[in-house]
Amino acid sequence: MGYKTIVEDNIDILVAGAGLGGTGAAFEARYWGQDKKIVIAEKANIDRSGAVAQGLYAINCYMGTRFGENNPEDHVRYARIDLMGMVREDLLFDMARHVDSAVHQFEEWGMPIMRNPKTGAYLREGRWQIMIHGESYKPLVAGAAKKSADKVFNRICVTHLLMDESKPNRVAGAVGFNVRTGNYHVFKSKTVIVGAGGASNIYKPRSVGEGAGRVWYAPWSSGSAYGLLIGAGAKMTQMENRIVLARFKDGYGPVGAYFLHLKTYTQNAYGEEYESKWFPALEEMVGKRYLDIEASHLTHRPIPTCLRNHALISEVNAGRGPIHMVTMEAFQDPHLEEIGWHNFLGMTVGQAVLWAATDVDPKYENPELTTSEPYVMGSHATGCGAWCSGPEDVSPPEYFWGYNRMTTVEGLFGAGDAVGGTPHAFSSGSFTEGRLAAKAACQYIDDGKGEGIIVSQEQIERRKKEIYKPMEHYRIYRNEITAGTVNPNYINPRQALDRLQKLMDEYAGGVTVSYMTNDKLLNIGLKKMKILEEDLEKIAAENIHELLRAWEVKHRHLTSEAVFHHTLFRKETRWPGYYYRGDHMTVDDDNWHVLTVSRRDPETGEYTMEKAPCYHLVDDK
Amino acid sequence: MPTFVYMTRCDGCGQCVDICPSDIMHIDKVTRRAYNIEPSMCWECYSCVKACPHQAIDCRGYADFAPLGHSVRVKRDEEKGVIAWRIKFRNGKKDMDLLAPITTKPWGTCIPQLREVPAPTQEQRNSQLLFNEPKYIRMDDGDIHTLKSNGLKMVEGVEGYS
Repeated sequence: MGYKTIVEDNIDILVAGAGLGGTGAAFEARYWGQDKKIVIAEKANIDRSGAVAQGLYAINCYMGTRFGENNPEDHVRYARIDLMGMVREDLLFDMARHVDSAVHQFEEWGMPIMRNPKTGAYLREGRWQIMIHGESYKPLVAGAAKKSADKVFNRICVTHLLMDESKPNRVAGAVGFNVRTGNYHVFKSKTVIVGAGGASNIYKPRSVGEGAGRVWYAPWSSGSAYGLLIGAGAKMTQMENRIVLARFKDGYGPVGAYFLHLKTYTQNAYGEEYESKWFPALEEMVGKRYLDIEASHLTHRPIPTCLRNHALISEVNAGRGPIHMVTMEAFQDPHLEEIGWHNFLGMTVGQAVLWAATDVDPKYENPELTTSEPYVMGSHATGCGAWCSGPEDVSPPEYFWGYNRMTTVEGLFGAGDAVGGTPHAFSSGSFTEGRLAAKAACQYIDDGKGEGIIVSQEQIERRKKEIYKPMEHYRIYRNEITAGTVNPNYINPRQALDRLQKLMDEYAGGVTVSYMTNDKLLNIGLKKMKILEEDLEKIAAENIHELLRAWEVKHRHLTSEAVFHHTLFRKETRWPGYYYRGDHMTVDDDNWHVLTVSRRDPETGEYTMEKAPCYHLVDDK
Repeated sequence: MPTFVYMTRCDGCGQCVDICPSDIMHIDKVTRRAYNIEPSMCWECYSCVKACPHQAIDCRGYADFAPLGHSVRVKRDEEKGVIAWRIKFRNGKKDMDLLAPITTKPWGTCIPQLREVPAPTQEQRNSQLLFNEPKYIRMDDGDIHTLKSNGLKMVEGVEGYS
């Protein structure tokens, strides 16, 4: 095939994927590396890429220390409680102590942040959330990244990381292809910061047909953060910790502002409060440490997101669905009504489209809620991602190996969804993680750790052949059939995705099985995943667009396989409402108050699993 | 579908192709106009709708759950720094105009060039501080939080959980 090979050499910092994490990395890298070569490779256009492409109506992670509101450790405790204890508190503390400085810069760049007219402080939606007019959030931060980067390569789908051949386990750059020209791109770099995204569309969605695009997390979030890192042999953590979202039905419009700011609440189909009646049994299942009804009433201790999901799922399964969001009271206030609509237009336009299409006026009708299919990501109320080093002044020895946010592969850093154990970072926290990774990457280079990297022509050619194989495969076998998509020698990317989604749904606790799985199901699923892996070697791409989809599904497959292994390893039900291990239906703190860590051997594909200690921040008295 | 393109308005300029995060707005080889090649990978994010200079792109809600006859239109203006929405219900009973700011500053003028700011000192490099810190953490003279400054330590295992 006549595609050119374009080599970009002598890069110091390559940012692979520039959503909020990647833009933060590119921006900050210029300060610590004023003479360094900083390059961005992004599969879309950085002005509208990543999960924040369509905007946000809130910044969900802001401490407000300047207004005397919270300290970093308060946020760590909140994230810890929400995730049933399973977080990296060193990374969380580090993110939280820096995040406000990112937000203050956003405001200076032109982000419209709403203010409380009485206090002058940012207008709070909840304890951690501030309200913004963030339709242009992404173009704004992209502007900062463009100003700092030497070059921005838009429309490059990065498929693999390059590895150094002079020193084992050291990164050397990345490769990919241009989804417009088809050309092969080689980026030789001393460090790589993976800012790619988490995974939507790996579980069968509730919607069918066209509506499959209306996923909660962006459909272009193809798990490339994990596909790239796992493919390079980086250790991963908490990949079992997929997330299920309680959202407005079908449109998956956000509920945060509704609950927190508009003070709407939920009830079952018969107008009854339902949550509290599920809590006594749940308290037994997870233990008082994680759900203590009395304490929650007295101290306003938050109830973990997964447990609230559990109540919703249980109520629906008991036959008293659908669950409604009671909007009819709040929406009588015209100001609140307007906020309710702006909230969707700012970040989930599809929900406004749906209500307009179905004549749902929340002023006169309480809209339906549902729980979504699961998603694998690391920046919302869950913490899947790579096992990364923390900062020197906070991290215990097991969490520290030299450079902040560096994975277990030398010179390979992460930000946003790529970093494991750091839930509740959201947009601002992901940007902050990018900044932290960039400073550390500059330090790594200045310490001489990126010297003497060798990338052979053989490695470059081998990856090239691998990347275009789906097109070659199509070319060879296409004419064996008359027309259509049914071919005994290949499957196309859509067919592969359908199989993956069905498999994940049925064996790894998707929506059609009410998020239930067990060891037997997981073992069967893993076998089927191996066979799917074989078939992915025979995936066919008719054109460059399909080649993009082929590599996305390969990244989704690698992500999903890690989910299977982690879910099988953790023999307990740590997050009821996210998923259930039917063979271990309780929280087991004696054996599983630990973080799960995996590594896939890039040569053999074999997984090894281990437990890592879970440290908590406590008052030093 | 999600997005679709009106035949009489599109001139094939490709702005939508350039911006679509999902790579699904392509130019049709016969009509030389843009269209959505893969509706089931469309998020209805409206990036292409906002980018189109001729208002040629619109959304029709996903066929599997959204009935026909609604409209959510938008016009985004970087120069004026605002975005204007109009929502029309299927039954015609609700017709809303909503306006929101998208920036408070002249577009693209207030981001610093970090190559040109004074270079960080070795002390800053050795510290935990990022660009503009510690000042921008609290917008005052306070320093960065550490375990020591906040009276904290890290304890292994369930004993530390509260």
